[in-house]
Amino acid sequence: MNLFYFIAFLSIFFSLLVIFSKNPVYSVLYLIVTFFTLTIHYILLNAQFLAIVNFIVYMGAIMVLFLFVLMLLNLNEDSEPMKSNLIKVAGVVAGMCLLVTLVGSFRALGDSDPLILKNPEIGLVKNLGKVLFDEFLLPFEISSILLLSAMVGAVLLAKKDPKKI
Amino acid sequence: MESITNSIQGVPLNHYILFCAILFSIGVMGVLIRRNAIVIFMSVELMLNAVNLLLTAFSVHHGDASGQVFVFFVMALAAAEVAVGLAIIVMIYRNTSSTDINVLNRLKW
Repeated sequence: MNLFYFIAFLSIFFSLLVIFSKNPVYSVLYLIVTFFTLTIHYILLNAQFLAIVNFIVYMGAIMVLFLFVLMLLNLNEDSEPMKSNLIKVAGVVAGMCLLVTLVGSFRALGDSDPLILKNPEIGLVKNLGKVLFDEFLLPFEISSILLLSAMVGAVLLAKKDPKKI
Repeated sequence: MESITNSIQGVPLNHYILFCAILFSIGVMGVLIRRNAIVIFMSVELMLNAVNLLLTAFSVHHGDASGQVFVFFVMALAAAEVAVGLAIIVMIYRNTSSTDINVLNRLKW
């Protein structure tokens, strides 16, 4: 039980570092640590498939993409645009207002039951695969089209305009 | 695995909701206070992850596998979104030689 609170503290701490560190490269590195703590959360919930996918897709693919673009554009602390302090304070206040509203509305729900693993087998690859390829077969196929179109779009956008060369 | 999953027995569901709300608000704050487009993207990723974790917690709590399948689709969507978004950022950088979103303030009109 205490492990959850410790990992939750670590996630919040590192996600705060993500948005407050001046250097964007450090932001990406802290984001990797945040995603790692979220992977531990998935393991604690016995969602093993999601833990592995989170590890591979987020910490592997997406973070490589972020770091690659950062290194390609050669961004560092000197070129980092910063907002004025007034806007920063206003942003933090607005975020806190959102948090207070959310927490207040959750308070109205009252005390909840403790989280129990009703069916510990649910997050295993075997069970999830059965659900994914039975009930959700059509969305699964459509998501492949989405990924294909995203790939074509990304290549088209990042390609140099042939007329300008 | 038994000993690992035993360690969350007794955590109230409310604490998961609270934790994910905090993580989501940190993402919103990041979008509001940063001007670098890439860091804004990272904050959006943070928000997506907070929602993913909450979906998983609810799915485990109710013993229904559909929530975890939704998380899988959200991850596929996030991968597509990041690929297109970063391509747009690279193109913006090529045209304006900065990733400052205030350069694009004409998008407001």
